[in-house]
Amino acid sequence: MNKKLIYLDNNATTPCDPRVVEAMVPYFYQHPGNAASRNHPFGWAAEEAVDYAREQIANLIHVDPKEIIFTSGATESDNLAIKGVFEMYSRKGNHIITLTTEHKAVLDTCQKIEKMGGEVTYLEVDREGRVNLDDLEAAIKDNTILVSIMWANNETGVIQDMKAIGDICARHGVLLMSDATQVVGKIPVNPKEVGIHLMAFTGHKMYGPKGVGALFVNRKKPRVKVTAQLDGGGHERGMRSGTLNVPGIVGFGKAAEIAAQEMEKDTERLSKLRDKLEKALCERLEEVYINGSVEHRMPHVTNLSFKHVEGEGLMMTFNQNIAVSSGSACTSASLEPSYVLIALGLGDDLAHSSIRFSLGRFTTEEEVDDAIEALVQGVNHMRDLSPIWEMYKEGVDIDSIEWAEH
Amino acid sequence: MAYSDKVLDHFKNPRNVGTLDKSKNNVGTGLVGAPECGDVMRLQIEVDDETGTIKDAKFKTFGCGSAIASSSLATEWLKGKSVDEALEIDNMDIVEELALPPVKIHCSVLAEDAIKSAIADYQQKNGIAVSEKAQASGHH
Repeated sequence: MNKKLIYLDNNATTPCDPRVVEAMVPYFYQHPGNAASRNHPFGWAAEEAVDYAREQIANLIHVDPKEIIFTSGATESDNLAIKGVFEMYSRKGNHIITLTTEHKAVLDTCQKIEKMGGEVTYLEVDREGRVNLDDLEAAIKDNTILVSIMWANNETGVIQDMKAIGDICARHGVLLMSDATQVVGKIPVNPKEVGIHLMAFTGHKMYGPKGVGALFVNRKKPRVKVTAQLDGGGHERGMRSGTLNVPGIVGFGKAAEIAAQEMEKDTERLSKLRDKLEKALCERLEEVYINGSVEHRMPHVTNLSFKHVEGEGLMMTFNQNIAVSSGSACTSASLEPSYVLIALGLGDDLAHSSIRFSLGRFTTEEEVDDAIEALVQGVNHMRDLSPIWEMYKEGVDIDSIEWAEH
Repeated sequence: MAYSDKVLDHFKNPRNVGTLDKSKNNVGTGLVGAPECGDVMRLQIEVDDETGTIKDAKFKTFGCGSAIASSSLATEWLKGKSVDEALEIDNMDIVEELALPPVKIHCSVLAEDAIKSAIADYQQKNGIAVSEKAQASGHH
């Protein structure tokens, strides 16, 4: 029996909105020009389309269109921001502050910075997944040039207090960069209002196409510059060379326009569905834990640990038709459980038992209902198989057992 | 990652799930792995006092699909074997039978350890010198 496929992994990527695809299609064939071709109608049409998309995106985040640099995605934007600032401001200092719970696109870039002679402080987060503001302020030194803190975490959906962070950075004259991949197009985002100078985001997390992203670079007060990481034709005000992905950018722009119009409605609907999912699972199953702050959290995300059930095994009970993701080591090549959940103070066992549900614009209530049933069945199946669940039910203190080296 | 049909079959219809009476002298229990590592296997054998063959085997496993399949398969293989024959089960036999990919080989290692640990427990309980092969458990 083929069950209907249910997609609850929207933090990994979102499907394109059909309206986005519709907007993109003419730019594959009817308008094939290169946006940098200044001397014929094909080039003009492409440039006009890119300019329009730049406005749509700028409007969504309340910045000047000139402050949008198109890239291939958030990973490139993170790299450009961090490496670009490190190079551009080398005379001012070489110290960068970030969090242990950042995305690998930031963490691995920071490690590269250390190899290049930079100094990086990785701040811990609290049990809620949020940075302690006093810790942040205390970490700022004379040679600090950049603070890089993600707006909301991809695994837990936990939102940082960006306004307070921005205030601290402003007070110390340090640039603030934010990986806003998970928030742009989902909740209201205004980098200037909170004091962010550079902000990375991408099309494919907001119902746009993959392979196109952007970096917001503040142009006035202060005028921020980044050293290009790709050399070539000097596109994007010299900060990012390479022929622009015109159809992708058109789609990204359309996605931004739709998000600006429908964000509020989506948020209201999705938070209700998310709460329904969470409540049902917590009520119908024992020993379910919500990971990360419940108060400061994206409306469409919940990250739950089902104690004494291994996440990948649990996923196998329903992954023929339901897509979610797990912090279990078994789902990663490294065999280590999620470093984000470990940073929240979860034991390895609860990290192995975690499932992230991320809902999206096309998630229906019926799908959520089906997912609840599948999860309840799956967790019960796995607990029937679990020796540690049996011990727990018999009152054995699992932590007191001396487990064999493994 | 796609699972082999055999892994899926064992995962969906695990054989010999359950618990044997630990207090019985002819029952050996192996508990290997650790929750922090993402897999714990408990494998038990019940040895026929007269024939010396394993007449029943049960398991419970906390772990991924491959870990569950490895232990389920191990219980199937154990039944009817003598203790000495059981000690010959090699983790690579499990890898081959279930077509486990390289990242899942540790699941088969854990299953082999669980078998050896259960046998060692049985032998200790019955005052039998623990077989050299059974002593190898727990080290990988």
